[in-house]
Amino acid sequence: MSSNSVPTSKPVKTVDMHIGEAVPGCKKKDPILVVDGVSRTFGGLKAVDVEHLEVPRGAITALIGPNGAGKTTLFNLLTGFDKPDTGSWTFEGTPIGGMAAFKVARMGQVRTFQLTKALGLLTVMDNMLLGAKAQVGENLFRAVLPFLWRQQEADNKAKALDLLTRFKLDTKKDDYAASLSGGQRKLLEMARALMSDPTLVMLDEPMAGVNPALTQSLLDHILNLKSQGMSVLFVEHDMHMVRHIADWVIVMAEGKVVAEGDPHEVMRNQAVIDAYLGQHHDEDLGEDPDAEKEHVGAIKELLDDEL
Amino acid sequence: MIDWGAIFSNAAVELISPTTAAYALAALGLAVHFGYTGLLNFGQAGFMALGAYGYAISTLTFGFPVWASVLVGIGASVIFALILGIPTLRLRADYLAIVTIAAAEIVRLLFTTNTFEPVTGSANGLSGYKGGFAALNPIPDGTYGFGPFEYNAYDWWLRIVAWTIVILACLFTWQIMRSPWGRVIKGIREDEDAVRALGKNVYFYKMQSLILGGVFGTIAGMIFVLPRAVVPSNYQTSLTFFIYAILLLGGAATILGPVIGSMVFWVLLSFFSGFIARAVEAGWIPFMTSIQAGQLRFILVGVAIMLIVIYRPQGIFGNKKELAFVK
Repeated sequence: MSSNSVPTSKPVKTVDMHIGEAVPGCKKKDPILVVDGVSRTFGGLKAVDVEHLEVPRGAITALIGPNGAGKTTLFNLLTGFDKPDTGSWTFEGTPIGGMAAFKVARMGQVRTFQLTKALGLLTVMDNMLLGAKAQVGENLFRAVLPFLWRQQEADNKAKALDLLTRFKLDTKKDDYAASLSGGQRKLLEMARALMSDPTLVMLDEPMAGVNPALTQSLLDHILNLKSQGMSVLFVEHDMHMVRHIADWVIVMAEGKVVAEGDPHEVMRNQAVIDAYLGQHHDEDLGEDPDAEKEHVGAIKELLDDEL
Repeated sequence: MIDWGAIFSNAAVELISPTTAAYALAALGLAVHFGYTGLLNFGQAGFMALGAYGYAISTLTFGFPVWASVLVGIGASVIFALILGIPTLRLRADYLAIVTIAAAEIVRLLFTTNTFEPVTGSANGLSGYKGGFAALNPIPDGTYGFGPFEYNAYDWWLRIVAWTIVILACLFTWQIMRSPWGRVIKGIREDEDAVRALGKNVYFYKMQSLILGGVFGTIAGMIFVLPRAVVPSNYQTSLTFFIYAILLLGGAATILGPVIGSMVFWVLLSFFSGFIARAVEAGWIPFMTSIQAGQLRFILVGVAIMLIVIYRPQGIFGNKKELAFVK
């Protein structure tokens, strides 16, 4: 469970999760999240249009795709932060399509945000305690009677301290969250999400803006989630990270799922290359040449890593 | 020559006056709204008006006893909070500000309009509802106290009840703000989406906060009218801004801030108006008439608010790290 900065050995990958061909929308042996016909338009733009998607249980699934592919919008829909135009989805077999965000979270599907939402003017400890579920003292009338919730509060504090120690934030517990660095806030947000003992952790760009010194520790924490039996779905741009820790990769482009598969296989997929480089990459559409260079670089890196 | 003794004793009287207590309680309600939850309620005057009229109309028109009149006022403000909150609490904070400022004006104009004159007394307001409260007074007739704080039995009874309510409200607020409930509330102030993502029903919590702070405002409205009459022009938007001035002066996310802020506000206001009025009389400020001098104190309030916001945004008691209301 220790997480030091020394790179750990190659993570154990979960394999053989799908049924049949690894095509977009393929069935999983044990899906935790099943999405059907979800679409969301913003004005004339169809931001998300997913026919069928299954997220495997007990594995780390990466959701990748070029900018504007609809990854974060899908995330927002699945976590109840946005309402779809059409579609339904189930979490652990329970339909949760269109359910309010707080109810989704209570069911055990918690998320973090691309732009960290540490509650700056609360202490680190208070941030953590806020994550605990079913607190007696969160009722206004019972709040007045401390003897009703003192014991639960002490238990939650012990649990929070344990998590903070694991995330190396225990020395900061009495500081305001606003005083933490960007990377520490990411860690805090993840630790806070774990206070509720989730079954599916959804991380929106966990590596964005994180100091490289903290990257390894963050990666280890994500791998730890899996070893503790949680499922993880994360959005990420950092291809190294995706390759390193993901067991399964879902690629989105223009709102649709265009490919799925093992991280080693999926990057060779023609649909993925098209998605990143543009289907008309041989035609001059006046696209941003730098962005294209970046994407070419990303794909080259991945293919190089393979060898 | 200026009578400094009168100026100071008039100012000292404000320290424990029922009006100071009423403003303190209304400001505590705003502290719950704005300081702790981050709700921009600009309609605290509306809540106070509902308390004042709820109490007075129940007593005068329906002949209710004191406790029932109080409950009517509180009930009215809960309904008012629901009407304000249901459509706006799902939206961004600014919408609540716009809706509350308009709703408070609607309340005031409804009480002012001639249509309901037999019940509301229209622009003349209401009086003669204090009998029930005075009858509960256990203090025997007579005059008590010392120096500037010398009052008859009714005035002492009123002050004791008013400040007891303020102290109880402070203790209650202090207790809930250090409980898990208060933690959720403060989390909502920081980022409601984050709190939502942690499984808390943010809308419900904001509604509870709106109702609680509104009820404080309503009780404050009742205390406010016990030493005077109910007059609709007292509940203009400027009342809300004075209460904000008190809150910011004391510290927005504090318990004692609203109370001390109210005392400082009223003592200074009385001191300034006493001083300026006498200075004009004495011919110290030759370019000003006594009517102009009466308005000058409100200009000074405005200047004071600006100075607080710029130089001490956390107020007297606030922790600068914890709350600077300009983020």
